[in-house]
Amino acid sequence: MTSAAAPIDLTALRARLAGRGGRALWRSLDELAESPAFLELLHEELPQHAAALARSVDRRQFLKLMAASLGLAGLAACARPPEDKIVPYVKQPEELVLGEPLFYATAVPLGGFAVGVLAESHEGRPTKLEGNPTHPASLGAIDPPTQATLLGLYDPERSQTITSAGKIQTWSGFLAAVRAALDAQRPRGGAGLHVLTETVTSPTLHAQLRALLAEFPQATWHQWEPAGRDAARAGALRAFGAPVETRYDLARADVVLALDADLFATGPSRLRYAREIAGRRRPGPGMSRLYAVESMPTTTGAVADHRLALAAADVEGFTRTVAAELGLAVAAAPAVAVAPHHAWVRALVDDLRAHRGACAVVPGEHQPPAVHALAHAINDALGNGGRTVIHTDAVEAAPTDQAASLRALVAAMRAGAVEVLLILGGNPVYAAPADLDFAGALGKVALRVHLSLHQDETSELCHWHLNAAHVLEAWSDARAHDGTVTILQPLIAPLYGGRSAHEVLAALTGPERPGHDVVREHWQGVHSGGGDFEAFWRRALNDGVVPDTALAPRTVALRPGWDVPTPAAPAAGLELVFRPDPYLIDGRFANNGWLQELPRPITKLTWDNAALLAPATAERLGVANGDVVEVAVGGRSAHAPVWVVPGHALDSVTVHLGYGRRRGGALATGVGFDAYALRTADAPSIARGAALRPTGRRHAFACTQDHQSMEGRALVRAATLAEWRAHPDFAHAFEETPPRDRTLYPPHAYEGYAWGMAIDLGACIGCNACALACQAENNVAVVGKEEVARGHEMHWLRVDRYFAGDLDAPAILHQPVPCMQCENAPCEVVCPVNATNHDGEGLNVMVYNRCVGTRYCSNNCPYKVRRFNFYLYSDWTTETLKMARNPDVTVRSRGVMEKCTYCVQRINRARIHAEEAGRRIADGELVTACQQACPTEAIVFGDVNDPTSRVARLKADPRNYALLGELNTRPRTTYLAAVRNPNPALAAEQRS
Amino acid sequence: MPQIFHRSTNTLSRLSIFGALFALAALLWGIAAVNRSAYMTGQGVARVQPVQFSHKHHAGQLGIDCRYCHTQVETAAYAGIPPTQTCMNCHAQIWADSAFLAPVRASFRTDRSLVWQKVHVLPDYVYFNHGIHVQKGVGCVTCHGRVDRMNQVYRAASLQMEWCLACHRRPERYLRPRERVFDLAWRPRGDQAALGRRLVKAYGVRTRTDCSACHR
Repeated sequence: MTSAAAPIDLTALRARLAGRGGRALWRSLDELAESPAFLELLHEELPQHAAALARSVDRRQFLKLMAASLGLAGLAACARPPEDKIVPYVKQPEELVLGEPLFYATAVPLGGFAVGVLAESHEGRPTKLEGNPTHPASLGAIDPPTQATLLGLYDPERSQTITSAGKIQTWSGFLAAVRAALDAQRPRGGAGLHVLTETVTSPTLHAQLRALLAEFPQATWHQWEPAGRDAARAGALRAFGAPVETRYDLARADVVLALDADLFATGPSRLRYAREIAGRRRPGPGMSRLYAVESMPTTTGAVADHRLALAAADVEGFTRTVAAELGLAVAAAPAVAVAPHHAWVRALVDDLRAHRGACAVVPGEHQPPAVHALAHAINDALGNGGRTVIHTDAVEAAPTDQAASLRALVAAMRAGAVEVLLILGGNPVYAAPADLDFAGALGKVALRVHLSLHQDETSELCHWHLNAAHVLEAWSDARAHDGTVTILQPLIAPLYGGRSAHEVLAALTGPERPGHDVVREHWQGVHSGGGDFEAFWRRALNDGVVPDTALAPRTVALRPGWDVPTPAAPAAGLELVFRPDPYLIDGRFANNGWLQELPRPITKLTWDNAALLAPATAERLGVANGDVVEVAVGGRSAHAPVWVVPGHALDSVTVHLGYGRRRGGALATGVGFDAYALRTADAPSIARGAALRPTGRRHAFACTQDHQSMEGRALVRAATLAEWRAHPDFAHAFEETPPRDRTLYPPHAYEGYAWGMAIDLGACIGCNACALACQAENNVAVVGKEEVARGHEMHWLRVDRYFAGDLDAPAILHQPVPCMQCENAPCEVVCPVNATNHDGEGLNVMVYNRCVGTRYCSNNCPYKVRRFNFYLYSDWTTETLKMARNPDVTVRSRGVMEKCTYCVQRINRARIHAEEAGRRIADGELVTACQQACPTEAIVFGDVNDPTSRVARLKADPRNYALLGELNTRPRTTYLAAVRNPNPALAAEQRS
Repeated sequence: MPQIFHRSTNTLSRLSIFGALFALAALLWGIAAVNRSAYMTGQGVARVQPVQFSHKHHAGQLGIDCRYCHTQVETAAYAGIPPTQTCMNCHAQIWADSAFLAPVRASFRTDRSLVWQKVHVLPDYVYFNHGIHVQKGVGCVTCHGRVDRMNQVYRAASLQMEWCLACHRRPERYLRPRERVFDLAWRPRGDQAALGRRLVKAYGVRTRTDCSACHR
């Protein structure tokens, strides 16, 4: 809570926690401290409205306003309904049924690697991205950045024209200029031509680049990605002598060790890993065990059975210790940091040994190559290769040491050897390592061309800026983590005539060709199936995967001399860890309101990044939440506000990349601080010897953490596997269950369907995919930082995060909270205008056009899941944003309450289709948006009247409990208590 | 002490009290009446369309089925306004030079849509689905009136919520056999109530008056 200015007394906090004993749940440091400001906030009738009330309006003003509003409201009622027009097609596409969306399979690449999606299209407008169940990297699920790509398409601040020196130019003008420059290069074999791309997995783009290099043999192609996978590539080279791609089959792993690996948020397999791990988290004999060693708490650490907070730089020493304990001949570990955790390591090693061939050690992408090589060696020693660990050839088209590639480019630029530079995507001026001075070197290039979605920092310094076609506007192709190719098909013609990299490259060296022809001709060329190409092409587009393109597993052998320890750095000072932001990634999504406003998984911060550090570190440095500090490392410094994260490793500071943009849109600029300013080419992930110095200034965060507190009741329930075995109904211990008939109101009869939801807290990883899917499906507005700080965020579904136990090593639990759809709903009985009432299938329906905005319902809601439009949050004027909306859901205006509806539009559609066919809605046919997006299948929705439905069976599970069930609200949304599987050998340590 | 007020004041005050009540009631009645009037609902008001298309001629005299043009009405939410292509199916041959059809030909030639005035307008927060109503035996004529007798189409019903609810509460009064949905001239032979009750059962019609049936 930003309002509590006084620094928190951590010693007192520790004492208070010790006094509580057991697994005391707390949500934030302020709550734990019971600071006066926090208590005052809680005791307001509605804490989230306190800020608005503080701005007082005197009585006279109030009466004047009310009289005017009443008068104007009366006038508004005199209007006749507006006239409307119908604009039919001239020739209607045959497959189109008005009002029924069409779904097209395509993919969204991130860092080059594709996640397959099904794009929902309403009359030619893509409105939502959903996971493609047949795609190996999606399995039907979708993560927040991939989903939010849709909003990027409609971003009103996308670049709309070709510009040169700030003036609007034409495509033909651009072609004339660049073709002339290329012609000048031709006699010299293109020695002055350099092309910079992001990671390329696209077979077509690779073929085009190869053709370009064949035409200009002296030209150079550079690949660089700010949050790339250099370390993994280098680790594979060290271990196997080839840039082998490694993926893990965690569904077959009984024991998993994550070495600073953010399994569920980064990397090409993130959704797949989430599904696989969650599949083994259901209590029972098949339950796997997850160990996580990490510096900054991540969703992986939150799910882990054992989490060890270790500075990122100490992870290598830890891995070395594990390797040595397993009997591998490795260089000695600097034992300093790992020594106190010896029991932990022993138990882990025993566990790994006991599960030879059925365990997996997964290194984090940001860990140095040595850790990757060590992990490969450990997996090899444990016989995991070919079982839980699968090696294939590289998925990238041309595996490159990207840091070296960028360095070479900068050196060439500085030497004046680069005459023509084509930057196809990416934003190197903003994101390149600070010590390279990319911008300075760029100035020496005679002709600079930049293709990008926004007029960004790089466009500013280039001669030509080309407005790129969005991924949903262009033809392309891309590979998934296992090599499976998806043909990317456009959902809509380019809104601003943007062009894809394929089209630009084609036009530079030959006649202009549409992207469709480039991609199709490439595949026509490689199609060797002998069969009908048209059938192959249509099948590939329909399915969203090209059959038989997954790379075959290969066997690899450890190379001698693989163990090269990372040179020891001076240990003085703090360690500074650079991580891509979980949602903005490297900054490419900075102008995306959905992602900016989505609370970050552990910190619950929105619209900001921060210097994240452990409570004890903050205490030692004398800083508290919101204090602006000067972060200095290697002679560079930046000003960053501090945010204290329980469970963070000591003497380590995590900063997220992607903020502090200077150009690229109104949402992107002026938000957060630029961590790239501290990042050097030699230390892209971990910098040692950093120092924090308080500046005395304060920064106001917009954090959703403390809002709508539920005052420490047994909201999230969890137990260990042993406890669950002994007491399968542990979730109901000490629970008060009021009799069903204790209500003044007549009971409802649910004769047909009765919709209900069960959320498995053991499976939930807190990734917020559900919250964003809900936002996209239900036209939920973005409100901005100031409004979030007032508690006015509009997300219908929030994911609460609870810490339990020790301040320095807490257990972290997540709980998604949508509307509970209570059978005895407290909201319904207080509405004076009957705008919220009960329907025959158990939904608490909200009738927007009846709502007069008294907010009594929200006041009476024990779960605080109702959202009020204090202002006109929905954008009613920007044309492109209107196109992004779901036409099946009302766009709410100001003064109206709204909330989760269980996706009533989907229920109605499914019911109508079922009734037209004369049948009942089948179980599983109808899914809510949150359920559909969930990577771990934690959310199950269905008809609780049907005892065979999945949701009814889950609700019969003894783990099933109702949130605040003692209030007799009889919620339809219930939770399955989490069960963790800690190592019995570590149980004693866990207790202490 | 003399009376300040004349005796007639009693009558006057009584009159004004009752008069005020009456005036208030009249005002409320007036508001309700205006709200239900054709001025507000557009009921019975024909709209001027870009093409002088006559339903009376096409549907009535020529007997073209509703579904020839409104192709999706049995399965989709929207009945579907026919694309220009549908007009040209016939009018490429018949009346191919008619001046009335000049906008249609222009639309087809230039690939620009005809812009029709919407007659049956529902508020944006109402989600009506044609398909399910057709499947449950609600005739076209029940909501749209005798379109086959309209030269210019007008709204036959008010389309106000109370009008919707009249049928949603008592569907048996309005239902007809599915095969008669598109027969604008159909009338029940015998007792509608008995037929309606039979159809309600046969088609599994539920009296859905939940807000969520139409509002989302």
